[in-house]
Amino acid sequence: MARISAGVGTSHVPAIGVALDLGKSEEPYWQPIFAGYEPTKVWIAREKPDVIILVYNDHASSFSLEIIPTFAIGCAAEFASADEGWGPRAVPAVVGHQELAWHMAQSLILDEFDMTIVNKMDVDHGLTVPLSLIFGQVESWPCRVIPLAVNVIQYPPPTGHRCYNLGKAIRRAIESFEEELNVLILGTGGLSHQLQGTRAGLINPDWDKAFLDGLTRDPDGLARIPPIDYVREAGSEGIEMVMWLIMRGALDAKVDELYRFYHVPASSTAVGHIVLANRGG
Amino acid sequence: MTESPFRDIPGTTLFDGRMSRLGYHLNMFCMSLIKAENRTMFKADESRYLDRFSLTADQRRAVLERRWNNMLDLGGNVYYLAKLAAADGLPVAHLSAGMAGLSPEDYAHMMVGGGRRIDGNRSKRG
Repeated sequence: MARISAGVGTSHVPAIGVALDLGKSEEPYWQPIFAGYEPTKVWIAREKPDVIILVYNDHASSFSLEIIPTFAIGCAAEFASADEGWGPRAVPAVVGHQELAWHMAQSLILDEFDMTIVNKMDVDHGLTVPLSLIFGQVESWPCRVIPLAVNVIQYPPPTGHRCYNLGKAIRRAIESFEEELNVLILGTGGLSHQLQGTRAGLINPDWDKAFLDGLTRDPDGLARIPPIDYVREAGSEGIEMVMWLIMRGALDAKVDELYRFYHVPASSTAVGHIVLANRGG
Repeated sequence: MTESPFRDIPGTTLFDGRMSRLGYHLNMFCMSLIKAENRTMFKADESRYLDRFSLTADQRRAVLERRWNNMLDLGGNVYYLAKLAAADGLPVAHLSAGMAGLSPEDYAHMMVGGGRRIDGNRSKRG
């Protein structure tokens, strides 16, 4: 049977991808950020996941205001790097896992999470920057990736509670797949940031720290946070953090926090990163 | 309609259904700029390119004059407006700085210093 061994939370700031792609990762501004992911790179090389479920949001790249799916699962064989307005990132194509993705779609829908099934989709920085952070610059991504896109741009996004429960349903879906697979789940976005309006540039380190603490120790409590608290405390774009609760919901009630990293800023954003392992058994 | 509790958050526009309806054509214009050939056409003759979209006169003026907060008020969403900034060769942070009323340098300086503090920025009521 397939099994989720661990969950990873990480920001997905586009400027991080640009810095890496332009060879700026050793510059003083960026170096601490890339250094912050080195322990995870070592860990994931040992962990050797077969598949990553990557929870992210599309930033007006594949989806526009024409169609706004709340939850969408990528069931294609391959996903190309999207042109977000400055040319596509020169990163490897993302290879999907069609059998598992379709199994998940069916399991989730019958479990009453009405996923949008996507057979053609380019993937933007929301998905490729996390892969770059945990795998570095590689010829090909070392595992299959199933994109799970969440609407967090058009209000209202799904609540944290809904996301948390979707994570639990994802776990049931994975564990009912017969093939032996080591699956990791990534929740991405955040942490506190606001890109718009006269309050642009907002950062709330106390909120961010409490959120990271809660992920490890009190996910049920985090799942009760209403949307307005995210917007008020973490900024209008900080609401991306609900996606981390999908990752957390897919893990055991009690997890081991293997690693944590926090840094301000990357462009307008507080970079947060956490690695949580299931205890197994 | 805008959910009233959100209106209490200072300097923040909630991209709800009302704003989405208001800004639909503005945002879809921005979306068109993810295609390289459209970026070229737009940069060659901005006004003519805008004729392809049903923008209001105010939206059109705000785009041509790159008045970011104005575009925000007229239904623009920051992730869509970022495509317009990108067509100008500018990063999202440039747009955020403009909306915050700061020069790009002062904005970057604020961010390196830890960003805008939450204290005093939670509520219009102080």
